[in-house]
Amino acid sequence: MVTPGADGRFGEFGGRFVPETLIPACQELEAAFVDAWADPTFRKELDEVLHEYAGRPSMITECHNLSEQLGIRLILKREDLNHTGSHKINNVIGQTLLAKRMGKKRIVAETGAGQHGVASATAAALMGLECKVYMGAVDVARQELNVFRMRLLGSEVEAVTSGSQTLKDAVNEAMRDWVATVESTHYCLGSVMGPHPYPYMVRQFHRVIGDEAYVQCNDLLGTNPDFVVACVGGGSNAMGIFSGFVDTPARLIGVEPAGGAAVGRGQPGVVHGMKSYLMQDEHGQVAEAHSISAGLDYPGVGPEHSYLASIGRSEYPTVTDDEVISAFQVMSRAEGIIPALECAHAMAWIIREAPKMQGKTVLMNLSGRGDKDVGQMMSILGGVK
Amino acid sequence: MSGRLETALRARIDAGGKCLVPYITGGYPGWVESIRACAANGADAVEIGIPFSDPVMDGPIIQQASQVSLDAGTTPLSILHEVRTLDVGIPLAVMCYYNTVFHAGEKRFASDLAAAGISAAIVPDLPLEESGPWTSAADEAGIETVMLAAPTAPDERLPRVTERARGFVYSVGLLGVTGERVTLAGTATALAARVMKVTTKPVLVGVGVSNAEQAVEASRVADGVIMGASVVRRMIEGGPDAVGAYVREVRQALDSTKW
Repeated sequence: MVTPGADGRFGEFGGRFVPETLIPACQELEAAFVDAWADPTFRKELDEVLHEYAGRPSMITECHNLSEQLGIRLILKREDLNHTGSHKINNVIGQTLLAKRMGKKRIVAETGAGQHGVASATAAALMGLECKVYMGAVDVARQELNVFRMRLLGSEVEAVTSGSQTLKDAVNEAMRDWVATVESTHYCLGSVMGPHPYPYMVRQFHRVIGDEAYVQCNDLLGTNPDFVVACVGGGSNAMGIFSGFVDTPARLIGVEPAGGAAVGRGQPGVVHGMKSYLMQDEHGQVAEAHSISAGLDYPGVGPEHSYLASIGRSEYPTVTDDEVISAFQVMSRAEGIIPALECAHAMAWIIREAPKMQGKTVLMNLSGRGDKDVGQMMSILGGVK
Repeated sequence: MSGRLETALRARIDAGGKCLVPYITGGYPGWVESIRACAANGADAVEIGIPFSDPVMDGPIIQQASQVSLDAGTTPLSILHEVRTLDVGIPLAVMCYYNTVFHAGEKRFASDLAAAGISAAIVPDLPLEESGPWTSAADEAGIETVMLAAPTAPDERLPRVTERARGFVYSVGLLGVTGERVTLAGTATALAARVMKVTTKPVLVGVGVSNAEQAVEASRVADGVIMGASVVRRMIEGGPDAVGAYVREVRQALDSTKW
């Protein structure tokens, strides 16, 4: 794994492209994180909260029915069983503990599907921090249950009506808030993106996924899986699980939505504080992503993914919304597990590529549960017969 | 050696005056006439915003103007094409986010600016540590890169920022994004005073300087002001004539004050 230096680079990607006002805050955060990460007391407290509150370690589940149908050996890493229903809690607990250690009283967060927003609101309630979540107005409409959850947890939710009114605009608005409140507020960024140290820090908070899965797979299989598959929007759940296997021979597959394929269809660009692959038009305007899944509706990707792609270590295929809708149902019926629409992207790729992976072992990160998507799927499917 | 922008600002300062740099969103209906109106009413230079899809340093007014401009099909090149024909007799700077530069390529963008007669560039999401590739291309093309100094900067950082600045030093008036405020933030004059101590380059206060009175207040400690949202709002509400009248009002307020 790459540990970025002072320039915050993963190869040519990453960096710290933020307004001058935020530079001291990024430097302060970097120093605080490095200090905390090396402090056994902080690590012990983090591990305890992850265990006693979030429910870690998450188990792995071998999918016997799907394995038989697909001719592969399919294993799920069950991040859907964490408290709040997704992997997002790992990072949020880490960042809120850090925010308290830094003496911050307030956090701001952006959210797409609402999972990071709910996790942030949850951790803020637990830690006694004030919390404001920015969410695109389009996402507020399609994830109204999560909006209510955040408010129930005591957070303020602001619908962002600028630009495409989705995740990228929520990030813009959270950054604007942070520029104005930087002295009292920590920006609890929800993915392996943004200015240094966020991509590195968020990966470190999520690598528990990969570290656990590495041990669990070796216990179960006596070896490493042949494929490690995860969906990629900003890319935090994928970086988390890839972390455990980047030094093994496993093929690393990050599945992007066809309408938000930053690595697959983007070019290097700079937005939200980082240099990374970015969907943009011929003039460098950031393109609007389109995905059935609010959590993957993002035109950029974390810089470490861009780096891993550029050196050929990981691959970033795409799947269509139709394939995702189908995979969502297949997994629900075959295994009794309703996946988040984000994870259904990973499942969709596995279903499509299974004929080429016969007899292989495939580890998929089931990064979240699908409860939040049931309403949306009901309107798409018109009720299941 | 000073560039055209710094030379123009210095002439104003040396004559005992204060500098006024209005901001106009490029590509917004009436923007070219608004620049002419600024020049005709006493602006020392004009900052032309190149609209970007994700303007993180801008508040609602400039966001709105940028979006209207983008929706009308404005591109960086369409702005530079029109600027080429502008002969307003004062230096012009562009304000653009870094992806506009990076996407075009630093060298090409710098030479495009120079070819269009632009004197300077302000790139608000390009801090000192990341600025090397752009500033070397800009220096080579004779484009002055204005650097921003922020209220959060510790004392040791300010001289490094001002050292790299060309044209002038942009002293950020408050913690926050562009937009009008009822009063000038205390941070505006406090930071400007800190910046003035560490540089001999012109120091202009921008972000949150919202009317003639605040322009005078900021200019008591600095060499002048950049005025954005209050100018753009007048362009939206009243067109180029309203912009001209406002610039004249601020100019008169600055000129009638004893410094």
